[in-house]
This record gives sequence, structure tokens and C-alpha cells, in this order.
Amino acid sequence: MCNANPYLPYTATIEETWFETGGDRPIKTFRVTLDDPAAREGWSHRPGQCAMVGLLGVGESMFCISCSPTEGNFLRFSVMRAGKVTGALHQLEPGDKLTVRGPYGNSFPLGDWRGKKILTVGGGIGQAPLRPVIEYVRANRDDYAGLTMIYGARTSNDLCFKGEFEAMSGCGDLSCHLTIDVAEEGWTRNVGFVPSMLMDLGPSPENTIAVTCGPPIMIRFVLENLKKLGFADEQIYTTLENRMKCGIGKCGRCNAGPLYVCKDGPVFSYAVLKNIPEAFA
Amino acid sequence: MLLKKEKWSAFTQALAAGRLWAPVKQDGAARFAPVAAGETPDLDYDNTTVPAKTLVFPQTETLYRYRLGQTAMELPGPGEEAVLLGVRPCDARAMEMVEKLFRWDVDDPYYLKRRALTTVVGLACKEPGANCFCPSVGGGPAGAEGMDLLMVDLGDAYLLETVSGKGEALLEGVKDLLEAAGPDAAAHKEQVVREAAGKIRRGVDPAGVPEGMPGLWEHPLWGQNAAACLGCGTCTYLCPTCHCFDIQDEVEGFDARRCRMWDSCMFAEYTLHTSGHNPRPTRRERTRNRINHKYNYFVQKFGVIACVGCGRCVNLCPVNIDIIEILRQAKEAL
Repeated sequence: MCNANPYLPYTATIEETWFETGGDRPIKTFRVTLDDPAAREGWSHRPGQCAMVGLLGVGESMFCISCSPTEGNFLRFSVMRAGKVTGALHQLEPGDKLTVRGPYGNSFPLGDWRGKKILTVGGGIGQAPLRPVIEYVRANRDDYAGLTMIYGARTSNDLCFKGEFEAMSGCGDLSCHLTIDVAEEGWTRNVGFVPSMLMDLGPSPENTIAVTCGPPIMIRFVLENLKKLGFADEQIYTTLENRMKCGIGKCGRCNAGPLYVCKDGPVFSYAVLKNIPEAFA
Repeated sequence: MLLKKEKWSAFTQALAAGRLWAPVKQDGAARFAPVAAGETPDLDYDNTTVPAKTLVFPQTETLYRYRLGQTAMELPGPGEEAVLLGVRPCDARAMEMVEKLFRWDVDDPYYLKRRALTTVVGLACKEPGANCFCPSVGGGPAGAEGMDLLMVDLGDAYLLETVSGKGEALLEGVKDLLEAAGPDAAAHKEQVVREAAGKIRRGVDPAGVPEGMPGLWEHPLWGQNAAACLGCGTCTYLCPTCHCFDIQDEVEGFDARRCRMWDSCMFAEYTLHTSGHNPRPTRRERTRNRINHKYNYFVQKFGVIACVGCGRCVNLCPVNIDIIEILRQAKEAL
């Protein structure tokens, strides 16, 4: 936890920004460093954790940290322009200030997964929390038996981190499978929904952990298909997002049944979530 | 110790030398307000409309202030000590309950600071309200949980029982006004409390409800009870154990603050995602969450039902949604 007062954020400076996608709800990535050197040194996050990003005068929103700590001493957030705070964030440029507090929540148990094959199944902006998993495994590639990524979006312009993944798939670290919903001129990769692509690839559940995140409807069918492929509940992980205000289990709203997404999550195994009636609401 | 009622005015004057809050009546409703020197609080009320939580968890509270365009953030000052006089056992117990949440895992400095600065002088109930049901949920008309000092009205005098060091310190400051309680005071208190408990008309036995809630998830009772709901949020705003809040930035010119304010799980915006998706899209899901939070989730986390049976949500609901009736239906459906 950051400051002694958990509501008091750090100030941070935007180092670099770029657009991941276009359209009417574009996704922009921000690379950010904390201003206070002691805070920067003291900060440590794990793949899957979130942070409360704010703009003084506008407000705060919770975002997953879309980089792995193995990438360097900075933070990345990939933000879809959708509302008041995200709209204001999209106006910002390098040199502008943000507030950041966190990191919040649990993380993917990557230590427990050593020796296993990692399969990520993502859709749209749901790839943002999976990206740190991929980066972390790539940085510790010898500890893991395999790394396969299935990632889809509506169109090729809606795929985040596309250039990165294409570069990665060339270097042998990662088996990278991209898909888009509808065929496009010039698109040579798969066409079809993420859950169908998962079935077409038919990965073996043996010694494998599947991690999925994306729109609720995609997650539902991915879970169904993972079960059809023989994955046990304990081999399936996802990360939930709910509206949050505090990040520390006080403000009340992020609960899915008895679980606070900000404290008990955001990462859950399907073995836990399947018993939570609101988990996929 | 005993405080004779002829000393009541002197007693409250002594307390009013510092910051004293007590119930005052305005337009027929009692509410906690500062007592000025020279004023004498009147304890003839069954309960305040707004619970005593408002003193330790204000409706709007500054987290920090800043100037637009600058990054320096200024925390609020250290605060002042205050005495909260005439708190009913349900409200005092609720403060203690909510403190469990505000201490859980990460301390909430704002709530804990106000709790530490506040001395709670409770008042045992003699005339319970029409929808009081505190004994059903582990309370009682003379419960002292969450108080520093308990006052029991024995007719011509108040019996004062210290509950904490803060209560003892308070009595030390007014010891000249007090006299030792006689040997029959304890029996007298017991009789007063028994009579008060006998006047409580409503109740429900919640045994089995927390464990049974998951099995009632799809039961029609949620939709039926939520059908009349207007979504006004009164049940939660005026609930002494409701602690949900929003955090917003407020800007006036270049002066700005980030503050938190009461929020309600009965509002659609409470869980609305920016994408437009809402995990609790209708009042049915929100009502189900409200009751589950109090009678199931809080029990799982903190081992106690987060309802103190004050009856406010029943008294003040504009369409007569009745938590006791919901619980009765839940019991029946188990």
C-alpha cells in the first residue's frame, strides 16, 4: 500500500502515450512514472493487480495495470474512452500529471504456475490484464512449459497490442493466435469468435492453466468450451471488473456476492467463481 | 453513579464546555445537532431520524484539498474531540459494527479518527418505537456496545455506567454532580430494561437466514418486495450500519477537493459500468443485495448481522417496504 493515508494518491507523470485502437471508443495506452523517487522505488505490483488512476478536478477510476513489473520501473494503463474520467484521460499528453494509488487486489498466482503451460484467452480490452501475464511468462520463460495466446476483437483495428504480439510470435516465446469477428481485406489470420477459435485449436488441459478475460458473453462461452476441452475448474482463472471507488474494501460497491473484487479479487479461479451467483452478472 | 435529574442542566452545561452534540427536535423530528452553552438537551425522543453515524461518518467528508493545476494535496486538520450525548443502543452498536469494516485489512483514517475523538454517551430505551426489533438481531434496549458511557433513566435520576476509559474520564470531569448509586439501583435498572423490552412489538428470528440466503437467490420474494421500490435510497441513507460511499471531485474556481459522500446500493448508478453494463440492472437485484449484504455477506466476513433492528428503513420507506417482513418470508422459504 502506498501512503499512510490509503486515499491519498501519488502524483505521476505521463511519459508516453499512443493509441491502441481507433473508432468511437478508442483505447489509448499511457506509460506513467511516479514523481516521488521514494514512491517509485517502493512501488511493486504483480500481474493482475489494479490501480486507481485519477485526474485532479475530474475524478478517479480503477484500471488494471497493463504491464508486468519485469518490464521496468513504470506503469502502463490501457484506457478505453467511455465516460467522464476516461474522456478526460484521453485528452492528456506526455508531461501531464495524473494521480495514482495502489496497487490493489490479488494477482495471478504465477509462482504456483511454474512448470505449467499458460494459455491466455482474451477479447477486446479484456486483453489488458492478460498482457502482464504474457510479459511476465516471457521474462521467466524457462520456468514455464509453454505460452499460448488466443486473442480476438471485432475488427483488426480493435485489437490492442497487435504490433507487440506479432513481434513476439515471431521470436518463438509465444504461440500467438489472433482472430477477428468478420473477414476483412488484407487480414490473413483467423476469422471467427474467440470461443470458436479456442475449440478449433483444442489445447490439451494437461499441465495447463487457462486465463481468460473479455466481454461477459465471451467469458461465458470460453468457460463452457474450456470445460468441454476437459479443463478442471481449478485450471481456469479469470479477472473480474466492477465499479470501484475506494479499492480497499470500504466503499461497498464492487462485491460479487460475498466477495469484494478489489480485495478478494480481481483474480479468481473458476472453482471459486462458479459458486458465486453474481460473478458473471 | 447516579445523576439526579435536577442536576441534568448543570451536567450538560459541563459537557457543553467542549463540543457537545445531542438530539434536538426540529419540525417534529429529532436530529443530532451541536448544543450551545446555555441550551439544555431534551432526551424525550425515541430515536433520531438520521442515525448518530453522521457524526463519525459524515454525509460528505473532505479526503483532501488541492488547487487546480497544482499537485500538492492538503489533508484535513486533526479534528476536535466531541461528546455525543443520547445515542440509542442500536446506533452505538452500529458504529462499533461499521468500525470492523473500517478496520478490516486497511485502516480507514477518517472514520477511525472521528471514532477516537468522539465520546459516546448512550441512553437506554424506555419507550421503543413501533418498528424497533433490536433483540431479534442481538441488541437490546440497554445494550452498551459501542458506547463509552450508558445512561439509564430511573425516573428521578439517571444511572451512569462507564463502558470505557473515555467514559470514565468524562465522569471524572463531572464527579461533583454525581452521587453513588444505592444498592437497589441495579434491580431498578433491570426492571426498567425488562419493561422496555416488553414493549417491543416486532421481531423475527434470523437463525438460519445467513446460511440459507444462497439457496434463496432466485426466490420470487426479491422481485415481490422490490416491486413497489422507488429507488429513493432512504433505507440505506438512514441505516446506521450502511457505510457505502462514493468519491467525487468538487471544484469551485481553482479551489478543489476530493471528497467522499454517502452512496446507496439501491441506486442504479452505484454499480453501473462506464460501458453501460450493470451487474445489478433492476431493483430486484439491488434489494437482494441490500438484504444479503446485511444478513449474509457481512456475517461471513465479520461474524455479525449488519442490522441493529432500529426500524428506520421500515418507518421511513415511502412505500412501506418492510425488512422484518422480508426476513419473515425468507425464513418461511428456507
